[in-house]
Amino acid sequence: MSNERRKINSLEMIKITKRFPGVLANDQVTFDVKGGEIHALLGENGAGKSTLMRQLYGLYHPDAGEIRIDGQAVTIQSPTDAIARGIGMIHQHFMLVDELTVAENVALGMPSSRGPVLDLDRVEARIQALSQAYGLHVNPKAPVWTLAVGERQRVEIIKALYRGAALLILDEPTAVLTPQEADDLFVTLKQMKEDGHALIFISHKLREVVAISDRISVLRGGRLVDTVPNQGVTRAMLARMMVGRDVLLERAHKALETGVVRLALRGVSALNVTGQAALRNVTLEVHAGEILGVAGVSGNGQRELAEVIAGLRPLAGGSVELDGRNVSAWPPGKRTDAGLAYIPEERMHDGIVQEFSVAQNLVLQDYDHPPISRGLFLNFNAIAARGRELVSAFNIRTPSIDTPTRSLSGGNIQKLILARELSRNPKVLVAAQPTRGVDIGATEYIHQRLLEQRAQGAATLLISEDLDEILALADRIAVIYEGRIMDIVPRKQATAERLGLLMAGVAEKE
Amino acid sequence: MARFLRSPRFLEIALPIAAVLAAFMIGGVLLWLLGANPFEAYWVLLGGAFGSVSALAATLTKMTPLLLVALGICISYRGGVINIGGEGQIIVGALAATAFALWLRDLPGWLLLTLTLLVGALTGAAWGAIAGVLKARLNVNEILSTVMLNAIALQLMNFLLRGPMLDPEQIAAGTNIAQSEALPRTMWLLRLAPPTLLHAGIILALVLAVLVYLLLWRTTIGYRIRTVGLNPSAARYAGMPVPFYVALSLILGGAFAGLAGAVEVAGVQHRMLEGLSGGYGFSGIVAALFGKLHPLGAIPAAFLFGGLLVGANKMQLTVQVPSALITAINGLVVMFVVASEVYVRRARRRTGREAAAASLQSDAAPVTQASTF
Repeated sequence: MSNERRKINSLEMIKITKRFPGVLANDQVTFDVKGGEIHALLGENGAGKSTLMRQLYGLYHPDAGEIRIDGQAVTIQSPTDAIARGIGMIHQHFMLVDELTVAENVALGMPSSRGPVLDLDRVEARIQALSQAYGLHVNPKAPVWTLAVGERQRVEIIKALYRGAALLILDEPTAVLTPQEADDLFVTLKQMKEDGHALIFISHKLREVVAISDRISVLRGGRLVDTVPNQGVTRAMLARMMVGRDVLLERAHKALETGVVRLALRGVSALNVTGQAALRNVTLEVHAGEILGVAGVSGNGQRELAEVIAGLRPLAGGSVELDGRNVSAWPPGKRTDAGLAYIPEERMHDGIVQEFSVAQNLVLQDYDHPPISRGLFLNFNAIAARGRELVSAFNIRTPSIDTPTRSLSGGNIQKLILARELSRNPKVLVAAQPTRGVDIGATEYIHQRLLEQRAQGAATLLISEDLDEILALADRIAVIYEGRIMDIVPRKQATAERLGLLMAGVAEKE
Repeated sequence: MARFLRSPRFLEIALPIAAVLAAFMIGGVLLWLLGANPFEAYWVLLGGAFGSVSALAATLTKMTPLLLVALGICISYRGGVINIGGEGQIIVGALAATAFALWLRDLPGWLLLTLTLLVGALTGAAWGAIAGVLKARLNVNEILSTVMLNAIALQLMNFLLRGPMLDPEQIAAGTNIAQSEALPRTMWLLRLAPPTLLHAGIILALVLAVLVYLLLWRTTIGYRIRTVGLNPSAARYAGMPVPFYVALSLILGGAFAGLAGAVEVAGVQHRMLEGLSGGYGFSGIVAALFGKLHPLGAIPAAFLFGGLLVGANKMQLTVQVPSALITAINGLVVMFVVASEVYVRRARRRTGREAAAASLQSDAAPVTQASTF
């Protein structure tokens, strides 16, 4: 097997155009990256970043335009072809086999140097070498299922390097990492850059892009807005390029008098779908006029926490109190009527019925109250009126209120759910990952609405894996780790470092 | 024009027709292999099904139980469950209706008829409820449980018609043909076009089709059933008791099949006998699928398949090919219809995307006028 390093000095994509039925996904986009450079590709969802990169990785083929590697025009037929040319891609969702070890995963699909006999010892040695060279610490003999998310990502990077990648595309690589893990990743990336690798870093997190990249290209609506060197650019400038207008990155977060306890969890335990403990003795209080942020790395019980409050998951212990009443045994509908609103994490799965129209989804909670229905019969005029009212009040972009909800963009579906939940003027709002996968414009809007709710005296539990979001909105921050609340910190005393340690399960004991 | 030909609305109408034609083409090959002239055979079939007043009456008579079963299938499917138990539900519905009518034979005819039909529906509902409760409570696969319940219903019928319910006249004559005593004449369903078998049950079925449409799309119960069927998670969060509506979907499916059994007894046979269910429990599923699982779509679908059943008998007599062939053609139709759904779905997704893209391009969010959904 050829372990000698290929090298890509320059890769150019020239006037790439890619059209899907009804959508111009890439419109004459020109983009290039050099060896020894980190080039960030910035843009909102639907801006065309993934489409562009998929053409580079051979998953799509451009309708027009040219790809040149070291000046030579090439056609990249397939991912196999891309790998053979030294292009690797780290996907957001890892492509690993949990039951196999790191070395087995890396060797998967590669010819063995001993023909039909496995050469895992050689693979392991090579992995050791790679991990030392780039600070990618991982045990080659460990089964993948025992690894943390950050380690799995390292395995993916090693896999790409093992296959001789000279150019690496990283698709939102920090989305699943703690701040410390992200810092580790950045060290690795910088080392790879020093070593002459070309790196393309896809992200919508402005802070990271500014921290790591040499050049930044911004896409908007399928077009390249500009490519700028990372000197003298500010986050505000980048945000304006992404959205096409000024964006409020920091919101005025006025201290408010907090009121009574609206939502309380006392010693709550719960199991996850596989029957393992997901929440352990969680105690929280959220007051009127307060946003309590719940920070943590994905999969540490956030989902179960939200479901327990919404009444979708039975308690294994403890109690949930809504407005002073113990609602532990109440079904979801009764909690809704008592003033609870819930923005679920899996909005397509739990929040809406995809086949229903926009108007139908907007009455999903209210369908059996007047005026939406009288007695047994639905009132279509009232449903349409409610639909029109909420579509315009919450600026939901939809061709009509009768459009099937599934054809809306993620941001607009989230606005739909927000409209439905907030229009009830809830006393308690549980928002789980409210802006995940949502573009900057919609994120800005959702944040503004959450702060309005706070000002009106709602108690909000904001569960988010985006620390920036929590730091921007929350009054106090609870950090969850393996189903336990590690600590609750007032925002003024919270730093990314301190929260990051808590997110990694390190409690400060002084 | 090309755009029109690819529009989901056009495809939705055209593809089922194309599916029927394709099924008939393959059926034609089968006929040819059996040594018959396919054109002649199909001509006979067509004439036998729709060619004369008596043929139409026979078709409408067969259509009645098909439509009733199909309505139940529509409800079950919209609730996210699949009811294969139509046969068993027809049988228990017919058995209970017969027993009830014979027991209270002295009641006034209209009252007895109404109560008999109700008993048939309730018994079918109870039979569906077994599968429904098992599904809702223990998540027992309803496809398996309803199929098994068919076998149980069949054996129950065999026992009752040879034992407790056996016609006294048969015992007296010593022939012992497995059938019940005849129902009192006062409660028979009105014959609409004597001497054909066509009876008032068809009117009942058509009225019920409209009512099922109203139930599913105009009432809160229907809204809940459809929400549960499409997305149980969202339904649960919206405060709907999901298990209840899962069970209800199967119960209503059973009620319609049970009613079909009672209507066959009161309208056609005037007694319970072996073979009364006539495979309607399965053909009804075909009709429902062909009607796009919509109660109003089930009307023409049941008419078509009723016609096929009648025409197949005629074809068997005239060109000497087994009428079972029509079962094969029914199966082919379903396969083609289900396969063609893929195209409609793809077309719908495409137009949805185009509409969404168009609305993003125009800057102001256009809110169009309301219409019902």
